[in-house]
Amino acid sequence: MSAPLLDVDNVSVTFNVTRQGAWPWTPPGKLQAVKDATIALEPGKTLGLVGESGSGKSTLARAIVGTVHASAGRVLWRGEDLRAMSPARQRAHGRHVQMIFQDPLAALNPRMTVGQVVAEPLTTHYPDLSKSEVRERVGKMMERVGLLPALVNRYPHEFSGGQCQRIGIARALITEPELVVCDEPVSALDVSVQAQVVNLLQDLQRERGLSLLFIAHDLSVVRHISHKIAVMYLGRIVESAAAADLIANPRHPYTRALIASVPIPSPKAERARHRPVLEGELPSPLAPPSGCVFRTRCPIVRPACAERVPPVEHVGPDHVVACPYHGQDAEAQSSTA
Amino acid sequence: MALLDVTDLSVSFDTPDGQVHAVNGMSLTLDPGDSLAIVGESGSGKTQLAFGILGLLAKNGTSRGSVKFNGQEILNLPEAQLNKIRANEIAMIFQDPMTSLNPYMRVGEQMAEVLMLHQGTSKRDALEDSAKMLDAVRIPDARSRLRMYPHEFSGGMRQRIMAAMALLCRPKLLIADEPTTALDVTVQNQIMELMADIQRDFGTALILITHDLGIVAGTCAETLVMYGGQVMEHGTTDDVFEAPSHPYTLGLLKAVPRLDVPQDALQTIPGDPPDLTALPPGCPFSPRCPLSHEPCKRTMPPLEAFGSGRFRACHAPREDVA
Repeated sequence: MSAPLLDVDNVSVTFNVTRQGAWPWTPPGKLQAVKDATIALEPGKTLGLVGESGSGKSTLARAIVGTVHASAGRVLWRGEDLRAMSPARQRAHGRHVQMIFQDPLAALNPRMTVGQVVAEPLTTHYPDLSKSEVRERVGKMMERVGLLPALVNRYPHEFSGGQCQRIGIARALITEPELVVCDEPVSALDVSVQAQVVNLLQDLQRERGLSLLFIAHDLSVVRHISHKIAVMYLGRIVESAAAADLIANPRHPYTRALIASVPIPSPKAERARHRPVLEGELPSPLAPPSGCVFRTRCPIVRPACAERVPPVEHVGPDHVVACPYHGQDAEAQSSTA
Repeated sequence: MALLDVTDLSVSFDTPDGQVHAVNGMSLTLDPGDSLAIVGESGSGKTQLAFGILGLLAKNGTSRGSVKFNGQEILNLPEAQLNKIRANEIAMIFQDPMTSLNPYMRVGEQMAEVLMLHQGTSKRDALEDSAKMLDAVRIPDARSRLRMYPHEFSGGMRQRIMAAMALLCRPKLLIADEPTTALDVTVQNQIMELMADIQRDFGTALILITHDLGIVAGTCAETLVMYGGQVMEHGTTDDVFEAPSHPYTLGLLKAVPRLDVPQDALQTIPGDPPDLTALPPGCPFSPRCPLSHEPCKRTMPPLEAFGSGRFRACHAPREDVA
């Protein structure tokens, strides 16, 4: 195993929120968006982050990029603490980490041409580049992501969703980053276009040794692109393992429920599937359940679950799970065989 | 008699960029209690087909052809007559429940309004029925929820409210336009389960519009695949999924990443969805089709029946689609 590019060490992120109808002097409520997340990302690999909306995936990604500060724990980039970096060092670090967003059109400035959008990170991080060099690199990058370089003077609204996402990818890759954080990059796209974008990301990864942090709520896409997957629920990583291992041997009841919820495009397989798998919805992160956060929806819940936070347990090489009763009652729930 | 009989329906829009041909000569029939999935990419005309059937087109839109509901022609009926059919006979659930619910009205008021307007129910009875219906779509503690506003509900709950609202007048046909697109997979599961229950408990016919092939497989008996505003393929869901007869269907199915089958690279359909202002003279899919040959570029293949109740519109021989 090579040295990790990125080490997320016990990271927590807390936001202060004002409750509705609170008095001005009431202390703000605490929203625990991420709690004690520990995960590592190796160079050239893809880490997938899955979970329902509100599980803290995006916040954890933002803590890794550095746009949100961790309230506890450390994010280490090649062993160096992000928060200990000087501001100048942090700016320089920015060119190594880029981001791709969910809504491809909303992520692009509507008043900038595509050429300007793609060139902006380059001119920001490398202000000494000559105009002709910038133009050349932008042209090459557009071509690489499958856009005609002749389209540089068009505006984002003239492109389809898939093309806008390609523009977003070109913008992220133009500074030749080592890590690209993709926050639900294909959720808004049609399945045929989604496949094009996923394949493009995989090709670029092979070509350039890119590391990817891939966030999505669609487990089958994450499974397809990731080497390793972490499952989040209400701010906590409840299970993480190598992608194939996680899908084949899910241990946490939440991971099992997620896998069983994925619809299968085959009528026969669908009929054989157990449904519905998980009742209810994510509890409010302002008032998370005591003990194990999943206990209110857990099919194998025990009284003891309300009392303490389940410790993280190693159950295999690189496979960790936060549930003392993991793997139990498998025959009743698992339908993934 | 068929519940819904759509014949040669076309929908077009006058825009500054020219005529947009969203639906081009679609035909389909639906019997009482049937479930039909209409599948295709964005821009394939799925939603405009539904809007055309219900007479909900934007002002610059025109529809031609015939839409018969229970034998009665409803295409281009005057608004007043259409309003008697909408909600009472045909109801629709939209993609984004937050924008379809009035944010300033309590949920109970919005629901009661439907019954008061369409069936002249007293407010008291209407609220009573609304509470029962919320209960039927399994919203816990339904009675007290009537006094809440839409923003106080989660996305999945709002979609349940939309479903309850659509069912208030016991319609014979429910059109659900991408009802789960904005939802998490666990909640999506719950909503699809609800759709199946609605069908069973109320005997409602269902048209499910979606781009997600996964949810179709478990919900609808029949599947219709659309592209460029035309029918590419139509048959039972089992047949269409097990033995697709159109290259577009095959492409869609192969592009889905699957958990149950390991895959190397995802197959893609090269290119982008069609430009509806300038459709090619032949098959709209021909520019992206791996089996495209000369006749495809010139003439649109007719929708031909084959097998047991299957239809396909493709010049390529059926054996070549694999």
